[in-house]
This record gives sequence, structure tokens and C-alpha cells, in this order.
Amino acid sequence: MELFFNPFDSLVCILLGISFTVWFTLLLVFIIVPAIFGVSFGIRRLYMKSLLKVFEWATLRMERGAKEKNHPLYKPYSNAIIAKHPTSLEEEIKEIRRSGSNRDLDSAPEFEMSDIFYFARRGVESIMDDEVTKRFSAEELESWNLLTRSNYNFHYISLRLTVLWGLGLLIRYGILLPLRVTLAFTGVGLLVFLTSFIGLLPNGRMKSILSEKAHLMCNRICVRALTAIITYHDSENKPKNGGICVANHTSPIDVIILASDGCYAMVGQIHGGLMGIIQRSMVKACPHIWFERSEVKDRHLVANRLSDHAQDKSKLPILIFPEGTCINNTSVMMFKKGSFEIGGTVYPVAIKVGEIFLSYVLTVISNLEWYNSDFNWEDAVQFANRVKAAIARQGGLVDLLWDGGLKRGKVKDTFKEEQQKLYSKMLVGTQEDRSRS
Amino acid sequence: MGSRASTLLREEEIEEIKKETGFSHSQITRLYSRFTSLDKGENGTLSREDFQRIPELAINPLGDRIINAFFPEGEDQVNFRGFMRTLAHFRPIEDSEKNKNTSTSEPLNSRTNKLLFAFRLYDLDRDDKISRDELLQVLRMMVGVNISDEQLGSIADRTIQEADTNGDSSISFNEFIKVLEKVDVEQKMSIRFLH
Repeated sequence: MELFFNPFDSLVCILLGISFTVWFTLLLVFIIVPAIFGVSFGIRRLYMKSLLKVFEWATLRMERGAKEKNHPLYKPYSNAIIAKHPTSLEEEIKEIRRSGSNRDLDSAPEFEMSDIFYFARRGVESIMDDEVTKRFSAEELESWNLLTRSNYNFHYISLRLTVLWGLGLLIRYGILLPLRVTLAFTGVGLLVFLTSFIGLLPNGRMKSILSEKAHLMCNRICVRALTAIITYHDSENKPKNGGICVANHTSPIDVIILASDGCYAMVGQIHGGLMGIIQRSMVKACPHIWFERSEVKDRHLVANRLSDHAQDKSKLPILIFPEGTCINNTSVMMFKKGSFEIGGTVYPVAIKVGEIFLSYVLTVISNLEWYNSDFNWEDAVQFANRVKAAIARQGGLVDLLWDGGLKRGKVKDTFKEEQQKLYSKMLVGTQEDRSRS
Repeated sequence: MGSRASTLLREEEIEEIKKETGFSHSQITRLYSRFTSLDKGENGTLSREDFQRIPELAINPLGDRIINAFFPEGEDQVNFRGFMRTLAHFRPIEDSEKNKNTSTSEPLNSRTNKLLFAFRLYDLDRDDKISRDELLQVLRMMVGVNISDEQLGSIADRTIQEADTNGDSSISFNEFIKVLEKVDVEQKMSIRFLH
């Protein structure tokens, strides 16, 4: 028996050895080296393009199949559900009155019980479908679901699609998954190793340059682990030293995404375990701001440390997610107001996930991010809302949704008062006309 | 989220809702999507807070009254059926439905039921009468601080005078219907779907 296994065994070992070597060389050449220099071979883009073509084809097949069976195909995510009338309060109420009034239009009554129809309809319209969620909903095609996720919701449509689905599974779990895992490990490992090493160097220009390079490189590797293609627009608006970069919060991935393009000082709470190790080594190379758990409760302490860092022009821009730090959600409340009170120049960055964008002040970047595990599409919509908020903030307006509880009350009241004023004019205005005539 | 939504609503339920409200299959699934996106607590029901989170509704002067219309007496949660039942009032009346005999029960989106919805916005204590006080309160909601108490009072008085036919100084539902008999309720209290 043993004799039988030995040659087989060694053959297997040789094969495994060879494949590993090949694997790693490929990895090195195609991914790590470009990551170091921030260049790309465009393989991912090619991959994306071919996948899109496949999806288009698949969608067409599915549509055809669905039509034959009269099955509703598209998930009801939105573009407008209902038809909204862009008429003003005044116009509409006048119209309602006109249809009901048997009196002369000139001596229009001040108040009609039918006026309430306007408010009722507007109200229910907004319940059915409101501007905010509508515009940014992720378009979820069934085919997308089918081919990107092992969805138990699989409908048999055609042999070809099934084959494709199987192929997709194979590629995802057989090729992409190990690839991503390797990259992730490499990226993280390198980060810890390099930053610790750099930490040993004396403070100075050399150190900061090296640390920047190291951070960038490792983040880029991680990004490739996610098969993410990111384009940054508006780089002239990129956050500069001594400022605060404020971005909406989607996931830990955001940090990596942002950090692969520029170097930031991160803020967060120190964790134990692997995260902690990473954090501690990072801070050796570059002044990130990590708080102990106890310190997190002390708002003043946090604010002070942050403003000290922000005021210092030589320090890297701080990266803050006012929605909460990516690592830890207990700081949510903390940073909501705090980040804007710190002072220093604020550079908003908007991140949208889903059909993803990353934008430095108002422009769009495509970033197709794929996960093998649970990718939360719902979050995509919420984040998109916040993109809108960030953009709105850019214009100097305080968006309703941006600041969770605080300013919402005030803004809501002003808008409501406006409507009330308009309506009152309709009631009182006509009275003045009456007294005149 | 999207895939979760559609798998939680069973076909039988959709059929039942279709029968009760008259919405089409796709309209129901879309509104279910909407319902789940509003349901932050993810417990299958909406609370008043869930509604208040809608910005456009929050700035509607009668926002609270409209939200109230979704909640039956004494209840604080509304499930999807109840949600659809209330929304059904705003379904446009199709031509095919216009000449139907009111055999068993009236459809939720009939002219009378639309008027009932509006009536209930005024009738704060749900006693099937709009008193002067209630009318004043609702008027106050609509005009805010821009009109004086006296002016508002006289507006209310005038309105009740014109509508009240049985002399009880309040407006019953029938009197309400009479006052609005010429108004194009079908159009003004309807929301058109794009599909």
C-alpha cells in the first residue's frame, strides 16, 4: 500500500509545488508589483467588461424567458413609482376650488373644505414614493443576482444560463476566492511588517515618504483583493495636509479605497486582536489617531486631539466618517457634530456604493465592488442618500438627512412654515381683495 | 434587501391584497418594497416614527393627520395589509369600475371612500362629526401662525354655516358630501401609477 502511494504522493506534491509557484509568480507580477507603483494592467477592467457583456446577454435571455411565462422579472426597485404633478400649492388648490365652485371665480371663497385634498394627496404621494430614496436606488436586476450570488432564488430558465451560473460559481469560489484571500493576507501582512519597520526609523522626511508609500501600496493590494476598480475624479480637490477629510460611511472598505489614493491619518478606537495589531503598527509609521475605549467617551478629549492634529499643517489630513468610524459604531453620536466643530479645512468626499461612485466634491467615479459574502444592497441606498447630503452640503445647504437628529427639526420646520405661509396667503389674500371691492 | 423583500411576500397574500384593494401585482410588489424600506425596525410593521422619517411628509402641514389615517383606533403599528388598505383610497377610479353596481361592498377607492378619507382628516376625535373646534384645529395646522384667531374663527364659522343643514353646528359626513358634490374628487384624490 505504501509503495503504491509514494510515487503518487510525490507526483501530487510536485504538482502542488509547481502550481503554487506559478500562482505566486503570477500574483507578484500581475498584482503586487503594479500595486506598488499604482499602475494597472487593466485586467480587472477587461474582466468587468466581459462580465457586463455576459450579463446583458443573460438579461435578454431571462427577459425572453420571463415574457413567455408571463412572470414578473424586475425587482420593484425604483425609478418613479407614481406620477407626480409639479404644480404649486396655489395652482392646485385653485384648480380644486374651480372644479367645485359654482360661484364666480373673482369672488373666490377664502376657504373650501376641499382644500385639504391637496395636502392629503401630497402627503400620500410622499408615503408611496419620495424623492430621496427614489433617485439613488440600486438597480437590481434578477440576472445580476443570479450570476453574482449563490442565490437560492434560482429559477431555471435555460440550459445556457445554468451552465453560465455553474461556471460563475466555479470561477468565484475556485479562482477568485483564493486569489482574494491571498491578496488580503499579503496586503495586511505587508502593512504590519513595513510600518513596524518604518517605525524604527528616526522621524523625518524619509520616514514620512516611506510610510506614505507603504500605506499606499498595501491599501492598493487590498483593493485588488476586492476586485475593485476605482477611478478618482477631481483630484485637484483632494484633501490636503492639515485638513479634515469627511466622508460618508459605507464599510471598512471605504477606508481602504480612500487610502489607496492618498495618505490619511485615520481616526478610531483601538481594538484588540488583529485589528489592534494593525492599528498599533500603523501608528508607528505615521501619526494616526487611535483612542482607547475609555477616551472615546470623553468628547472634549477627542475633539481636542483631533483639532490639534488638524491645525498642524504638517500632519496628514484626518479621515473622518461622521456617520461613525468604520471600525466601531459606538462613536456614531460622537462624531456627528464633533467633526465639524474641530476647525481646519474640511474636504468632503462622497462615496456611493452599489453602482458605485467615489467623488471628490461632486464628480463621479465608477467602482464596481464585489463581495462573495453578504453585500448589503440596502446600505447602498442609504449611503447614496448621504452622498446626496454631502453634495448638498457642498452647496452650503444643510441637508435634512445628513445630520441624524440635530438639525433635522429646524429644517423641517422652515419648510413646513413656508407651505403654511403660502396657504395662508390664499385664504387671507382673497379677503383683502374682498374688502377692496 | 430587494431580494429579501420579494421573498417575504407570498403569492396568496398578493392575491388577497389585489382583491381587497384593486392594485395590480406589480404595484403591490413595488409598494411592498417601499413598505420594507420604511420599516427600519424590520419587524413587518410601521410605526408613526417610520412615517415621520419621510422628509416630504414631515414638512406637510397635515402630515400628522395623514399618518394618523393609517393607524386604526388605539393602535400604534400598521402592517402591510393595513398600509395597502389606506393607500387604496388613492387609487384612481378606472373607467371599467365607474359604472359597476355597488353589489356587496364598495371598493376602497370609490368616490365616497375618498371623501371619507378626507372627512376623517378633519374629524379629530373620530365621532363622525366635524365640530367647530376640530375645524379650527385643522385650519390652524394648515395656516400655521400666519392668520389670527379671530380671522380663523370667522372662516370656520362661515364654513360650518354653509355646510350645516341640520343645525347642529357641526358637519356630518353627509353634509360634507353635499358641500363637495361638484368637486372632481376622483381626480384630485387619486395618485396615478406609472405602471
